[in-house]
Amino acid sequence: MDLHQLWTIVSLPDNVPIVLLLFVVPFYTWYGMRQAFANDRLIAQLEGDPAMAKTHHRKVQPFKTGWAREVHVWPYLLRIEFLAAIIVTVILMVWSITLNAPLEEPSNPTLTMNPSKAPWYFLGLQEMLVYFDPWIAGVVMPSLIIIGLMVVPYIDTNPLGNGYYTFKQRKFSILTFIFGFIVLWVSMIVIGTLIRGPGWMWFWPGTTWDHNRLIFEVNRDLPDIFGISGRVGKIIFGAIVVGLYFIAAGIGMHKLIVKTPFNRKIYARMSVLQYTVMQVFLIVMLALPVKILVRLLFRIKYIWVTPWFNV
Amino acid sequence: MPETNGHDGKPASTGAPAGAGNGNGTTGGNGGGKVAAVLAGAKATQARAVEELKETIKAPEKTDVWKSVLRVKHDETPRSRALGVLSNVFLHLHPAKINRDAVAYNYTWGMGGMTFYVYITLVFTGTLLMFYYHPSKIVAFRDILYLESDVPFGKLLRNMHRWGAHLMVIMVELHMFRVFLTGSYKKPREFNWVVGVLLLVLTLLLSFTGYLLPDDQLGFWAVTVGTNMARATPLLGNAGPFGGLLGMTPYNDVRFGLLGGSIVDANALLRAYIWHCVAIPIIASAFMVVHFWRVRKDGGISGPAPVMLESEIKDVKKI
Ligand code: HEM
Repeated sequence: MDLHQLWTIVSLPDNVPIVLLLFVVPFYTWYGMRQAFANDRLIAQLEGDPAMAKTHHRKVQPFKTGWAREVHVWPYLLRIEFLAAIIVTVILMVWSITLNAPLEEPSNPTLTMNPSKAPWYFLGLQEMLVYFDPWIAGVVMPSLIIIGLMVVPYIDTNPLGNGYYTFKQRKFSILTFIFGFIVLWVSMIVIGTLIRGPGWMWFWPGTTWDHNRLIFEVNRDLPDIFGISGRVGKIIFGAIVVGLYFIAAGIGMHKLIVKTPFNRKIYARMSVLQYTVMQVFLIVMLALPVKILVRLLFRIKYIWVTPWFNV
Repeated sequence: MPETNGHDGKPASTGAPAGAGNGNGTTGGNGGGKVAAVLAGAKATQARAVEELKETIKAPEKTDVWKSVLRVKHDETPRSRALGVLSNVFLHLHPAKINRDAVAYNYTWGMGGMTFYVYITLVFTGTLLMFYYHPSKIVAFRDILYLESDVPFGKLLRNMHRWGAHLMVIMVELHMFRVFLTGSYKKPREFNWVVGVLLLVLTLLLSFTGYLLPDDQLGFWAVTVGTNMARATPLLGNAGPFGGLLGMTPYNDVRFGLLGGSIVDANALLRAYIWHCVAIPIIASAFMVVHFWRVRKDGGISGPAPVMLESEIKDVKKI
């Protein structure tokens, strides 16, 4: 156990945000879900008691008849904003007084940093470089993330859960988002920061970063395993396998989408376009963990080998 | 209309010259009588000046200057409180009144507001940093050293800018997480979510372009790693799929356009500087204006809304 190494990594000034992430992301997930479950209990209660549903104010916040529905922004909102501003300022000040921003040697193109890491918020994408070629990890994925986020409001046809925390009424979308945000984005950042060492090799926390370590991994391409050698053969074979993945993942996703009666109801509200777009993004998103597993379990580098690109 | 300070034609209560003591000396006789008259006049003027001053200090809100700045009377009435918010250019983004539950911290986590506040501090500290920084390969790194060792509070300034930037990225992501969990992107706020996604991208780009500016190993290699990806852009990058077929070389592809060269060098530093200090802040500010405007126009903050039951879903019209 090399605690010194661990401390060096964790205490690196630019890694502090990731250490912070390790606390705030679970905290806010809990904070949001707690309110979601409170609302879910209320929803269950109201569904069981139609008379109550007619008269209840339908919030978990306390309310008594006669209370004003609205309050003045000044002072009730502005005082919170001013307080928040002061607290943020104090936190930023204390952080800045106690911890210095990093400054390395002057830039030197002839002296490569090892590991050379992108800023922490891009480490998820850099981590994907292990499993995908740069054109996918560096260009296609960020574009798809941005577009995928933008289409979210237009493909989510579930009218429930608009403006309140709930889990029960939006299981599918919330689990999907948590999968994307926490599993694929935040945890990849954490891996990229805390675990990836020299040569972008995997070093468990507490082990020493050995700059001379070499890993001999023989990664093969899928067509080679199947003994397909011709150029055209590889192109066709890869296209078929990727196509099969799309079909299989699509069918699997569809099963998931129409699993419960409630989900079927939401599904019935979707237009063909909405459904298609949603499927494409879900299938592509699922391809990430699938490719990672394929690599880790079977040591397969590429599935689809062509003269122009490899997948 | 709010009560304004005499713009409606009525004279304001104080500060209006009465003209009484001003005529000294014009009508006086000669000799000692004249001097005495002048002195008496001066004394009277002094007494009045003191009186006016006292009144001003006692009730500054009654002066014309005060009223001209604040435009409306402020007192302890609800109406006045509402006007105080509505007639202020910075506060009028808020409505005068708001749902009693929406002010609770636990719904929004205050994340959007705090993101904006951190952005303001970044603009402030960043502007101060610009006084000490030259975007040139020769002095950029030395400017940082100078800033850290010789400029008063220079180190604090740099630290605040650096950690503020990290904080902003974390907060934007948490803000997005909250908006998702509360389903606030649903009708009628779909488009504001799209604006938000653009703000997220702009925030990341701001942070990324700033990374290069100290011109140290950390920034240099991070930006090298980052922009090397652009090389692999399909069609537009020299190493990307079909890039070669379209005649892309290291000297004409997107990466070249981003860096102003085929390596991260002086031109890249200048470009990063201009994107970081001028272009992206302007674009991001514009989108923030739209974002906040839309929050208002979409009916204010989305909740906490009364929960809806499954049995209350209305059918959609199918084509
Ligand atoms: C620079 C970045 C951003 C700033 C300064 C900002 C600021 C704000 C503020 C002050 C609000 C009011 C409510 C609150 O505080 O939560 C708000 C609401 C909202 N934001 Fe953002 N935001 C940013 C980025 C984003 C992002 C990345 C998204 C989503 C992808 C987003 C989507 C929304 C939506 C949909 C609302 C309305 C929420 C509601 O009504 O409950 N914003 N934003």
